[in-house]
Amino acid sequence: MTTTKPFSATGNQMVAEAMRQADPDVMAAYPITPQTTIVENYAKYVANGLVNTEFVTVESEHSAMSACVGAAAAGARVATATASQGLALMWEELFIAAGMRLPIVMANANRALSAPINIHGDHSDVMGARDTGWILMFAETAQEAYDNTVISFPIAEHPDVQLPVMTTLDGFITSHAMERCVMEDDETVAKFVGEYTPVNGLLTSTEPIGAGMFANGDSYMKSRLMLRRAIQESLPIIERVGKAWAAECGRPFDLVDAWECDDAELVVVVLGSAAGNVRHIARQLRAEGKKVGVVRPRVYRPFPVQQIVEACKSAKAVAIMDRADSIGGQYGPLAVDVMSALYAAGKNVPMHNYIFGLGGNDLTNELVSQVFGDLEKLAAGTLATGGLSYLGMQEAEGAQNEWLA
Amino acid sequence: MASIKELTHKPDTLAPGHRLCGGCGASMAVRQVLMGVPDDCQPVVGCATGCLEVSTTIYPYDSWEVPFVHNAFENSAATVSGVEAAFKGMQRAGKIPADKKFKFVAFGGDGGTYDIGLQSLSGAMERGHDMVYVCYDNGAYMNTGIQRSSATPKGAWATTSEVGKEEQGKPQVRKDLTSIIAAHGVPYVAQSTVGHWKDLVAKAEKAFSVDGPAFLNILSPCPRGWRIGSDQTAIICRLAVDTKFWPLFEVENGVWKLTPVKEKNQKPLEDFLKPQGRFKHLFKPENAHLLEEMQADVDAYWAYLEGRVEGSKDATSPIE
Amino acid sequence: MKMPDLATFEDWAPEDFPKGYICQAGTSKEYITGGWRSMRPVWDPEACTNCMMCWIVCPDTSILVADEKMTGIDYDHCKGCGVCVHECRFGALEFIREDEAEVA
Repeated sequence: MTTTKPFSATGNQMVAEAMRQADPDVMAAYPITPQTTIVENYAKYVANGLVNTEFVTVESEHSAMSACVGAAAAGARVATATASQGLALMWEELFIAAGMRLPIVMANANRALSAPINIHGDHSDVMGARDTGWILMFAETAQEAYDNTVISFPIAEHPDVQLPVMTTLDGFITSHAMERCVMEDDETVAKFVGEYTPVNGLLTSTEPIGAGMFANGDSYMKSRLMLRRAIQESLPIIERVGKAWAAECGRPFDLVDAWECDDAELVVVVLGSAAGNVRHIARQLRAEGKKVGVVRPRVYRPFPVQQIVEACKSAKAVAIMDRADSIGGQYGPLAVDVMSALYAAGKNVPMHNYIFGLGGNDLTNELVSQVFGDLEKLAAGTLATGGLSYLGMQEAEGAQNEWLA
Repeated sequence: MASIKELTHKPDTLAPGHRLCGGCGASMAVRQVLMGVPDDCQPVVGCATGCLEVSTTIYPYDSWEVPFVHNAFENSAATVSGVEAAFKGMQRAGKIPADKKFKFVAFGGDGGTYDIGLQSLSGAMERGHDMVYVCYDNGAYMNTGIQRSSATPKGAWATTSEVGKEEQGKPQVRKDLTSIIAAHGVPYVAQSTVGHWKDLVAKAEKAFSVDGPAFLNILSPCPRGWRIGSDQTAIICRLAVDTKFWPLFEVENGVWKLTPVKEKNQKPLEDFLKPQGRFKHLFKPENAHLLEEMQADVDAYWAYLEGRVEGSKDATSPIE
Repeated sequence: MKMPDLATFEDWAPEDFPKGYICQAGTSKEYITGGWRSMRPVWDPEACTNCMMCWIVCPDTSILVADEKMTGIDYDHCKGCGVCVHECRFGALEFIREDEAEVA
């Protein structure tokens, strides 16, 4: 194993490098901001003979995922990348890829959804994929985007998993900002991801097979049950593969990054790049002796319920920060997941849901401090539980009147 | 090309027990097209959502005797381009033996091809995948219950182009998809029908023999949607050709060839329309002008094809 | 890839299904569509010239052929559409009502 000297790179560069090292048989992709440089970099690898990949420059994201489905059904290792409207255009194909149990690896540069049109980072796009049956990972940094992409291949292709994996990074913040990164050498990655042996491939099976069949009667529901089980059972495999990679490269892997949570009474749960902003303030508060913690699920689907509950074990108040909203629903998507996990585990503490950073809206130190200030009020009982507020635009209030009145 | 007796030695590609209606043109198209696959090649089939897909894949009863994949409605061309790309990538990587030969085929109905799948088809043709795309054109969304598509002939009744006081079936002329695909400059494009096996199998053989994309547009009657007896499928195809409603033509490396209709076989368009219940309103006296218009459209299209033939006599392929 | 017995399909447990709802090829032969018939083509081997015109149009792959010769009709699957009857130029296929055929 050789780790390169640190160099500066964007998240997109790092994702492209990881994909090059995994050398998929097929990449079918379409350009969209802020994913574009992944595809551009990959085109350079193809042009320079650095990969064996058949590069299919499709005419839309729908066709990108359609071609990926065809290629994966054929028995190939397959990768692609997208963002925002592109991911939305793929929506029907996401379900098909998962339902057909196809180990496609896709990077998503998380970006807002229209309207109004906006090219900046938030999680509106990827949250639309949370019920599709894809394994979803959120990178906090460019380095993690690389590591997540590397481990995505052996996770997706594991014979007991056989599911598509989406490895996401926040648009511009992670996809385009330069960070200090390292990478492992090609041989190490090639060995780690291994050769993919398809279980059932159209082109590799000895007997002809049919894929994408029509389900009548209760066989549809049986099939969905198997999909639910498959993604639930993938969690320990994801952890095992992640830990194996951590042992290889020396960078930690946890399903949930629980920062200072052992005794944390005021806990913030947040996905992706914003965790760094939150920890920055949390560090200052710890220095002041305040028992604060930051919980960042690195794997979001399957939702690591036990790990979330464990991370919140000392919590007296929990703030869930969503970079997407479930408009028309009571809370943002992450809040619904966290609240359900804690409630089902019998952990009933005051909680508040913040919607923040939509369309790349900045998460300032002041705003994070405001969240921790609210947490103190929640724990003290001066702010009622169950509220939702658009951070920086609405003051936190308790149990939302419009829902509970 | 192979004689019909020689063709009987080909392995069956579509097993019986599928749930297509009696007399369905789609399964006739599948059988005859796949007879054009060279003996040393394994066909791999993709199919758009539609009658053909639904009726041949009701789990656990798969009618396909060859590797088969269905993905969704609008993307059989994109899906098969992925399968073909997988073959190239995997063979280059040594994961598929170097001497293994496949032929990649995508099927779609006219809804899945002319309409919702047109972008995916255009993309696959432009990218040059080595595949044959087959449209089984029955002139409407038959699977959902006879709704008009852009392939539905002018004047035809459909459940979304109704006949009433104000409207007499579909007002628009059908899209000339075959010419659209020919305009992509792909090596081979042809039109045929399931009632002209010799023409169809010969064209399928050509389509499979070219290196790169090929497109076959096959008139595949739907007895249910056309309001004809289930025994009329092949007969109505012959009427479609003899009335010049559905010209048999091909575009091979840019050269257009039109199969003339023998003078003794030539018939007025009415002979094709009259047996079909979907056109019966056209035979009311007040709709006589519509019949005239439709005959004029047919004559104009034939003249257009003759012009393409004349104009491309000395053509060289735009892709060569 | 092996699937459990198709006859027990309704009772398959969720885990009996191959991953991704993959299916063995050609299994629809086990599904009988002959019951759809209201009309039946009846073959007269004496009149048949083995021209194969019925075989090439059959939408249900139900004209049985061996060694370039017709051997019969697969009534388990023939839906009685009648397309073959019109293709026969030698009067070797008669189209009769299914209820009459059952009596006979």
